[in-house]
This record gives sequence, C-alpha cells and structure tokens, in this order.
Amino acid sequence: MDWASIFDNTLRALLGREAIIYALAAIGLNIHFGYTGLLNFGQVGFMAVGGYGVAVSVLQWDLPLWVGLLVGIGAAVVLALLLGMPTLRLRADYLAIVTIAASEIFRFMVSAPSWREVTGGSDGLSGFSAEFYDANVIPDGSYGYGPWRYGARDLWILVVGWGLVLLATLLVYLLIRSPWGRVVKAIREDEDAVRSLGKNVYSYKMQSLILGGVIGAVGGMFWAVSQSSVVPGNFGTVPTFYAYAALILGGMARVWGPVVGAMLFWALLAFTQGTVNELVANELIPNSIMDANQAGNVRLILVGVGLVLLLVYRPQGIFGDRREIALGDR
Amino acid sequence: MATPHAAFNRVQIDAFEGVEERPGVPKPDSILVADSVRRRFGGLTAVSVDHLEIQRGTITALIGPNGAGKTTFFNLITGFDKPNGGTWAFEGDQLDGLGAYKIARRGMVRTFQLTKALSRLTVIDNMKLGATGQSGENIFRALVRRIWSDEERTIEERAEGLLERFNLAHMRDEFAGTLSGGQRKLLEMARALMSQPRLVMLDEPMAGVNPALAQTIIGHVQELRDEGLTVVFVEHDMDVVRTISNWVVVMSEGEIIAEGRHGSIVANPRVIDAYLGAHHGTPIDREEQDRQLAEVQAAIEAEERRQDEESPT
Repeated sequence: MDWASIFDNTLRALLGREAIIYALAAIGLNIHFGYTGLLNFGQVGFMAVGGYGVAVSVLQWDLPLWVGLLVGIGAAVVLALLLGMPTLRLRADYLAIVTIAASEIFRFMVSAPSWREVTGGSDGLSGFSAEFYDANVIPDGSYGYGPWRYGARDLWILVVGWGLVLLATLLVYLLIRSPWGRVVKAIREDEDAVRSLGKNVYSYKMQSLILGGVIGAVGGMFWAVSQSSVVPGNFGTVPTFYAYAALILGGMARVWGPVVGAMLFWALLAFTQGTVNELVANELIPNSIMDANQAGNVRLILVGVGLVLLLVYRPQGIFGDRREIALGDR
Repeated sequence: MATPHAAFNRVQIDAFEGVEERPGVPKPDSILVADSVRRRFGGLTAVSVDHLEIQRGTITALIGPNGAGKTTFFNLITGFDKPNGGTWAFEGDQLDGLGAYKIARRGMVRTFQLTKALSRLTVIDNMKLGATGQSGENIFRALVRRIWSDEERTIEERAEGLLERFNLAHMRDEFAGTLSGGQRKLLEMARALMSQPRLVMLDEPMAGVNPALAQTIIGHVQELRDEGLTVVFVEHDMDVVRTISNWVVVMSEGEIIAEGRHGSIVANPRVIDAYLGAHHGTPIDREEQDRQLAEVQAAIEAEERRQDEESPT
C-alpha cells in the first residue's frame, strides 16, 4: 500500500481545479437553494452555457477571450431569465423540473450533429485558451510546498481560480449581511409573508436565480478555459449533484459552506479512489470481487455512504447551525 | 402617534352616528370601498360582495359561519387572490389588478390565519424586514454598507420599540421558529406595523391563542385604532367582537348579509339564520329539532378539533 501517494493526491485534490469548479457551482447553488430556497436541479446548465459561450465566441466568432467571458455571463443571464420567467411565480418544484430539463436540452443541442459546425458536436471544442495561458504573469519554474508543487502554468490556473472563488464568496458575504440578504432569506421561509410586507418577491427570486446562475457559469467558464476544451459529456446531470453534495457537506446558507464543502468533497473522492485502487492493485481485495475498472465506481458508492452518514449524524453540514435544521422541519 | 387615547376613542364611538344598519351602507369617511367583488371556484361562488365601505379609524369585525368567504375576501382585497370581477379603492386609489406587494406598499397590510413567522430568521430580522422602502434591499446598494447603515439603525430602533410594546423584547435574537403560537401572532402583528400601514387586516388574530394572550392582543388592536389606524379583523369569538369592534359586517355564503353595531347584529334574524340554519324560528317538529341539534353539535366538535390541530404543541 502506497499511503504516501494516496495522501499526496488527497491533499492536492483539496486545492485542485475540480475543487474550484465545484466551489463556484456550489456558491451559486447556495444563493439559489441555501438562501433563497430556489430548487435548481440544473446548475450544470449554467456551467455549460458559460463554457460554451466562451468557447464558441473565441473559436467561431474570433472574439477576444475577455469578450468571450462576457458572452458566457450574458448567456447565463439569458438562461436564468428564460427559466425564471415562466416558473418563479409558481411553486418551487416547477423550477426544479424546468432547470433539469433545460440543462439536458442544452447538452443535447450542443452535441447534435446538425450544429457540429458551431459547437463541435459530441467531440466538443478545444484550443481557445491561448490568451489565458499567455496572460500568465508567473515566471517559469516550480513552486509550492510538500504535496502542493506546481509548474508556472498550473499555478496560474489555481491562482486565478481561487481568486474567483474568493471574489464570489466576498460577494455573497456582502449581500447576505445586507437588507437584500434578509429579504431573500425571508422568501426561503415564506413567500406570502414577504409579499404581505410589500416586497416584490418575483423580482428578488429572479435576481437570486441570475446571480447564482452567473456564478455557476463562471465555474463553467473556468472549467472550459483552464483545460482549453468543452465536451458535452462533461455537462450531464452529475455535476449538479456533486455541487449539491459539496454544498450539503459544507453547510447550507453559510458563506464558507460551499467552498470548504467542495474542497472536502474532492479530497474525499481522491482519498477513496486512491485507497480502493491500491487495495485492488495489491490484491488485498481479490480480483474476483472487484477489478481496477470497478474501483472507480466503488469510490462513488463509498462517498455516497459517507454523505448519508453525514445527513444522519450532522444534517447541518460542517458549518451549519443545527437549530436551523430543526426549525426547518416545522 | 402621540394622540391621547381617550379623546380619540370618543371620536370613534361617534363615527357611525346616523349610519343606517344595512348591508352595503355608505360611511361618512370610507378608507376602503369595494364594489361587485366576485370570486368563483368552479361552480361555487365563494365571494360576491356588492358594496362594502370601511370607515376610517375604526375597528370593523368581519364575521360569519365557516365557509362564508371571509378569508377569500381578505385574499382578494389584499391581492393574494385574483377576483373574477370587481373593483376596490383604498384612499381613493384603485387597487384591483395590483399585485399583493404593491397593495401592501400603499399602506394596507394583512396578517394570516395560519401565522407566517419566518422561522429561520431572528425575531429582530423578522421585524426589520417589515420596514418598507429600504435602500439596502436593492442588490447593488446592498453591497456598500455605508449607503444603508444609518437607515438600518433607525429601523432597528423602531423595531426594538415595537418588540418592547408587544412583550417580545426578550426574544429579540431568537429564531422566530422557537416562539410559541401566541408569540408568533404578536410578532406577525408587530411586523405588519413596521411598514407603518394605514389599514391592517387581521385574519383571526386570536385563533389558537390562550385567553390571557388573547386579552393582550385585544389591547393591542384597540391601541392601533387609538393611534388612528383602521383595523379590519376576522373573528369567531363573539365576546371579542363585542369588546373591541365599532362595526360588524356579517358574511354568509359569500355575500354580506348584515352590517351594524354589535347589539343589532346579534338580534338580526338573517344573522341568526346564517349561523343556526334557515329554519330557525319557524315551528319545527321534534325530529327536525333533534337533527338540527346534532348538526350544531357536530359543528362544535369539528371546530374544537380544528383548534386542537392549530394550537401549537
């Protein structure tokens, strides 16, 4: 058993690219679900329009990268308006259905052969991040400490990514401590009560949907730009639920909940993957029970069991307030 | 708000002098006027109010048997439900077709039969939410604390004053979800006052509340009137109606069947019919009498069950 490499990988995952992507997605969901009570099951749709927005802008329309980023954000705003206008006046579950459907529709559209010219079909698009890598201000070399050693390019990606996470977190912090935050939290508790106090509930829900969606799209754009490719297969239904898992793990309606949740979620995945792989490789688990290919799925089962245990013993997540959970049941 | 209570009270008692006691009667100084308000649910006409005026600065009780359409009428007037037809004006402004939040901003604020405390907000946050026109509620201005911090402090002081008055000051920083049923009723009323309304519509403010607290709530309602607010409330307890209302409006099967002072209402045969069944007063045989008694008893039991269910654990 190579415990050293398992721990190294686990610690690297704590600060890795996936942690950034899912931290951003989960920050968006925290605004939607944690604070406003909007059940968005299609956060991946916002990530996808962000990613494709920047990729198509740069590759097909020859726009500079920064314009592409604005296109990605604009696409997320449009998606939020499209989803919100028909559903935000209705019960919460309608938004859930529409968001999950819209994200799937978008994925099928970009992978459709007839749009291959624009979106690259099921192969997706790649090679649109030259400007991002060129903007790297870090001189060549190797940086870091212990398991966290990175080349200039990887470090650049991580610095920009965590910078975005910090910005989004700061934004949430500023908004939630304000009277605006008070209104959206009140909407989560009871829309009609808020309406009876003269607040335009529909407008606040729309603002929340747009804001959380844009932050999710920033996650999607970071995903696309940092690896210089978008593939429709990345944007299935799974990322939304990973983001929810990260959010629940960290604690809902907490400013740092989604960030710490995403870091731990990916560290946990890396740890279980490393452990199961090593166990199989060293035949501590006989091949007759599990082979190397199956190990990857087993880790998801283990993480799932872990989440169930978390919900049983600590339903509020790491940062959550147990009293809030208890009150939520009433 | 510094009006001497007693003086104001006397004015209110005289407010209905010379007003005829019949449905739809015009009032000397109406704050709310509703015309031909209709609401149908499928084949059932839940509300059909031809004309109703509410006198400014008084307490009007809206009573009627279960299913009379009182709450539906509340919902229509406050924009929480859409009527099939009708118009109504508040302080001379047409309100029909406006959303609930716009009506609330005009100064007509309601509470709910099933209390809507915002559980996972603290009591003080519940209160602060009630203040209207906060600049910090704009998403962009919210980002800069300097813009709204002064306003926030003023609101907080006003909220603390009201909490003091409603005996909730000691719960200031608790989650509203931890309050008892009666305290929630108080919080909801206090929160509604944060918006500085001119008309408050209370939907069963005393339901499921212990008698001592009900007395407190009665006191608060009278105080509101003495400060110059107009109060409309739905209530089943006729003792409460007698104690605090200046005027009583009776609904039955969606229509207003009587209006007047408490004394004349309880003697009104149409009202008695509405509560006890249409055959009341006509000679009936023993069998019919037994049947009606059983009906009333069943109704009482149902009411008791309902109250048991509604009262907090």
